[in-house]
Amino acid sequence: MAASKTLGERLREHGVSRRGFLKFCAATASMMALPPSMAPAIAAALEKARRPSVIWLSFQECTGCTESLTRSFSPTVEDLILDVISLDYHHTLQAAAGHQAEAAREQAMKENHGEYLLIVDGSLPGPDANPGYSTIAGISNYQMLKEAVAGAKAVVAVGTCAAFGGLPAAAPNPSGAVSVMDIVKDKPVINVSGCPPVPMVITGVLAQYLVFGKLPELDEYHRPLAFFGQSIHDRCYRRPFYDKGLFAESFDDEGARKGWCLYRLGCKGPSTYNACATMRWNSGTSWPVESGHPCLGCSEPKFWDAGGFYAPLSAPLGSPGNTLLAAGIAGAVVGGAAAAMARKRAAKAETERQPVKIDELEQKL
Amino acid sequence: MSDPMGFLLWVKGPALDGALAIFALGMLARLVEIFMLGRKPNYAEPKGGEWGPGFKTILTRSVTDPGTFARAPFNVVVGWIWHLGFLIALLLFIPHIELFKGVLGIAWPGLPNPVVDAITAITILALIATLVHRLQHPVKRRISTREDYVVWAVTFLPLLSGYLAYHRLVNPYPLILGLHILSVELFLVVFPFTKLTHVFTAFIARWYNGAIFGRKGVES
Repeated sequence: MAASKTLGERLREHGVSRRGFLKFCAATASMMALPPSMAPAIAAALEKARRPSVIWLSFQECTGCTESLTRSFSPTVEDLILDVISLDYHHTLQAAAGHQAEAAREQAMKENHGEYLLIVDGSLPGPDANPGYSTIAGISNYQMLKEAVAGAKAVVAVGTCAAFGGLPAAAPNPSGAVSVMDIVKDKPVINVSGCPPVPMVITGVLAQYLVFGKLPELDEYHRPLAFFGQSIHDRCYRRPFYDKGLFAESFDDEGARKGWCLYRLGCKGPSTYNACATMRWNSGTSWPVESGHPCLGCSEPKFWDAGGFYAPLSAPLGSPGNTLLAAGIAGAVVGGAAAAMARKRAAKAETERQPVKIDELEQKL
Repeated sequence: MSDPMGFLLWVKGPALDGALAIFALGMLARLVEIFMLGRKPNYAEPKGGEWGPGFKTILTRSVTDPGTFARAPFNVVVGWIWHLGFLIALLLFIPHIELFKGVLGIAWPGLPNPVVDAITAITILALIATLVHRLQHPVKRRISTREDYVVWAVTFLPLLSGYLAYHRLVNPYPLILGLHILSVELFLVVFPFTKLTHVFTAFIARWYNGAIFGRKGVES
């Protein structure tokens, strides 16, 4: 429930120094592509921000997104911002269970109607699917989302499952899974995709909401441009090796040891838009490409169905070799038949030929 | 298919399969027909072999004779530049080699990306020059058919879209990569039904030429 203390007061209570707080504000400003002069304004706005009520719904998900958020090495300002938002319902993190938990959700929805931020992780069985695939307290995900969205100011879909359907929606999608965006049409939806998303991106979106009281600028997939505006490839520290044509060809060859480009090992960095390359993971320790593994493209739609994780981006899907062979054989048969028919026609013309002598022709004339 | 990533997956999957099927079916049908129709039996006593002179002519006819060069230096020089450039960009760019590996199961060494990039830029300029030349040259303009322009366009588009994709000049990247692959699929689809078949038939024709002369004991 929205408490009376401001964010600034709460951060000081938690022992976050002024310097640490300002550093976070400066980082937030740069993440949002704002000029550095905006950092004090962000600090001032965050200081005064009241705890907004947040309701977090978890549907068809693996809890990886929540794990990502809570495993961001503490104590960070990001952690504390999450501490000081009023997370009124999160069935993994909250102490309450069963009826009490659902009662807390209903109370928060009632008290903050029209004001609360709804965060969703996980996809949900669509309106036409069997609702029994995923329920909470006997309520279908679809019904719970519809009810919660009605009083929400905005919806943040955290993780690729909530944003694009993710793993549950991968072919053949047995549970008829859909994304939040597929259902919610009348409220702003912000997609913070990734499997899981970078924790600081989640808190960055929340910080922006607290500071400016409005939602960030979004790309065509409803992702905040500040974090998803550039591709992994364009910000990758291994990019010079791609430009020079120096590639690792296996995970333990000379190229891999020298840190060359991972394109040939299946890196989806060129087609993936996310902030991993700049923000990195585990408090800026490293990120997949830095640890020698190609980008899986986890923040993009349909990433489970986009071919093998270790197949290069340019490799075809399916088995075109067989197509080529089958069509080639069919073509050879067609060509053979056409040639045989032409020969037959020529032979027939030869047998039916009726020679005429000149004097016969002259007689006729 | 309504979003860039869906579009990319469509062109990399079903669309590629379809284009390859049309290409292989059309091209094999044409080639098998050509070979099976063959030539009329020649009952004259052969004065020499056919195979050797045939293959020799494939090579010798690839080199322009001085007379042709003197008459049409632009055609010879620019023609060679863009044909070679096209083949290098197609066969020696590492992402393309990965594609061939995915389709045919075989791979070969490639060239560094900046080299392929520079060659592609030259090839694009050379192809534009051929179009300008075709439009400005009174005789060429007169003898050019709609098919000539279609063939030029389907050859040019993969190079242009590939260049834009490599330099990431169009956002989002899956869109331009998808358009690049789609342009190649267009090339594959029209290939068997236009003069693009010369990629195969030019060499067959040269072989027949050499073989005919070889049989007669004449140097071609």
